[in-house]
Amino acid sequence: MSLFRMHILIPIDEGTVQAGAFEIKRQLERQLLEKNLDQEIRVLETGTVGIVGGGVILVMFPERLYYTSVKPADIPRIVEEHLIKGRAVKDLHPSPVDIQSGVKDLHQVGPTRKQPRIILDKAWRIDPENLEEVLAAGGYRGLEKILGAKLRPEAVIEEVKSSGLRGRGGAGFPTGLKWEFTRKAPGSEKFVICNADEGEPGTFKDRLILEGDPHKLIEAMAIAGYAIGSEKGYVYIRGEYDLSIRRMQMAIDQARESNLLGKNILETGFSFDVEIKKGAGAYVCGEETALIESLEGRRGHPRLKPPYPVTHGLWKKPTLVNNVETLSNVPGIVYEGSAWFRKFGTDKCAGTKVFTILGHVEYPGLIEVEMGTPLREIIFSFGGGVKEGKRFKAALLGGAAGVFLSEKLLDVPMDFESLKDNKAVLGSGAVLVMNEDTSIVDMLASILKFFVHESCGQCSPCRVGTRQLADLLEKTRKGQGTEADLERMVNVSKTMFATSLCPLGQSLIMPVRSAIENFGEDFLKPGKAS
Amino acid sequence: MAPEKIIAKYDPSAEHLLSILHDLQDAREQHYLTDRDLRLAAEYLHLPFSFVHGVATFYTMFSLTPRGRFIIRICQSPPCHLMGATTVEQELRRFLKVDFGQTTPDGLFTLEMSSCLGVCGVAPAMMVNDEVFGNLTPGRVQEILAEKGGGA
Repeated sequence: MSLFRMHILIPIDEGTVQAGAFEIKRQLERQLLEKNLDQEIRVLETGTVGIVGGGVILVMFPERLYYTSVKPADIPRIVEEHLIKGRAVKDLHPSPVDIQSGVKDLHQVGPTRKQPRIILDKAWRIDPENLEEVLAAGGYRGLEKILGAKLRPEAVIEEVKSSGLRGRGGAGFPTGLKWEFTRKAPGSEKFVICNADEGEPGTFKDRLILEGDPHKLIEAMAIAGYAIGSEKGYVYIRGEYDLSIRRMQMAIDQARESNLLGKNILETGFSFDVEIKKGAGAYVCGEETALIESLEGRRGHPRLKPPYPVTHGLWKKPTLVNNVETLSNVPGIVYEGSAWFRKFGTDKCAGTKVFTILGHVEYPGLIEVEMGTPLREIIFSFGGGVKEGKRFKAALLGGAAGVFLSEKLLDVPMDFESLKDNKAVLGSGAVLVMNEDTSIVDMLASILKFFVHESCGQCSPCRVGTRQLADLLEKTRKGQGTEADLERMVNVSKTMFATSLCPLGQSLIMPVRSAIENFGEDFLKPGKAS
Repeated sequence: MAPEKIIAKYDPSAEHLLSILHDLQDAREQHYLTDRDLRLAAEYLHLPFSFVHGVATFYTMFSLTPRGRFIIRICQSPPCHLMGATTVEQELRRFLKVDFGQTTPDGLFTLEMSSCLGVCGVAPAMMVNDEVFGNLTPGRVQEILAEKGGGA
């Protein structure tokens, strides 16, 4: 391998691709070739940096500077000034990336703040398609540690349990406990499923993990397989995530070639393999039992629980279903130890959480911060506050099945407990910010439309309830609603909470009740019906 | 490739039904599944036709009617709605003169709505086949459609 004096990283995600990242990369490479710099300076693709909507981004190493919104016309100047003369191009507004060495990688995104990175530690600084780089950056060392030391599976589970890691898919169930249940469940054949059917509106963290560091997920699944006694894992990725599927498949192939997957991994006698299953467009499949049904080749109809997948999952066999983000914490916990992990976050919610900040904010994007970080900090410090100097009105937390919070709750710490105490949920970690001009009625209508479309139709409370809620709200939007209608809406969603088969119908109470309770004044004034 | 050959790439096990349907559909220029496709899949996997039909109609990515060369999926989830998806939707309908679920008479475009595409940082967004377009405005929509040969 030749040595390069400089590296230019181009983060590749849907946002940068549509801003022309590949074209910029082609032009950069061509100009490097023309100037005979191609043996000195290397251009490589990485996962996301976390800046979304910032156009094409170039991160320059070793200077640790990055440019945003790079246009083809800027390239000759970057080559001439930055690469040849060694001076950053000032009027392209380069910003520093601050990485601190050591276990706790800290870096700065945009005009915002430092972030501890456990989940996305490598995602933005390695070429995810290059296994050598992944290994050099510490990939697979968690798996190597447990296999090399022949750690007992129970000891691995104990480590995950004492880390305090809880499911990041929304429910917050203790991960180690789930692993233990699956290990103890009777049956010789068990499965590990990674739930990558990310469909919660406003959420794209799992996609960026999948695209930024797919090997981490493979490592985590192998560790989980070792711990629960499984030799087979599935990654269920939603069909629309084209790049995620391709990257993941490439990573699986590479891991198999290097004997990090397959039979007799690293000559230790442990065998484990991973296969991708592609979804076909159904929000409900994010629910674990619906996902399992879909994986078996059926319609994504949720099953009645109990029994839970830990005992009766895929083909009625014990199955561990973990979300992408949850699993991404595992290699770090195993390698660094649970005590290290507990240093992050709060007592009851250890670790970090990836949030997506969107809507009317200055800097939409993706951040990883400690559990318990106040909402205000997320919106105003990391997100840069409300765009165009407007006033903050509301934040919808946790996706479509989330909660509308008003200004009064801006100081709530973002962790499972604190949010629950305030009748809210962490959900998927989406933070959708709305400015003063937003009609909450209109937003709720959009949510209800979404649920009418996505209700799978299996159980009546959800199928009928979503439609009733949409009709009642439509009446209100036309200015014909009464207080009694609002009360009826809350009651319908309460009934759905009590009687629906799965979280899809059960969770509508969250947006409906919070919108009416926190923004009641929006409902009874004559609105614009469209 | 003939549908029989596509199907035969998989083991005859029901777990492959979705993958088979994806491949069959991708092999057709008009992005859809024919009645015969479903029957062949059912036969191969030893499943009732009604079961296969039920699966094919449950998932939004499958279509049983022919679609255009370009499938436009406009994201209608709340984040895109907040950032102005409604005006983009209106422009798409006005420009293409079709409603959701319909295909333009020249067979070029099919307009569909989609739940969250996971590109909310650049909302409002849409996909044209596998390509994502974000920060949409009515003007940008016209440009994109014209590039694909629309409105000529």
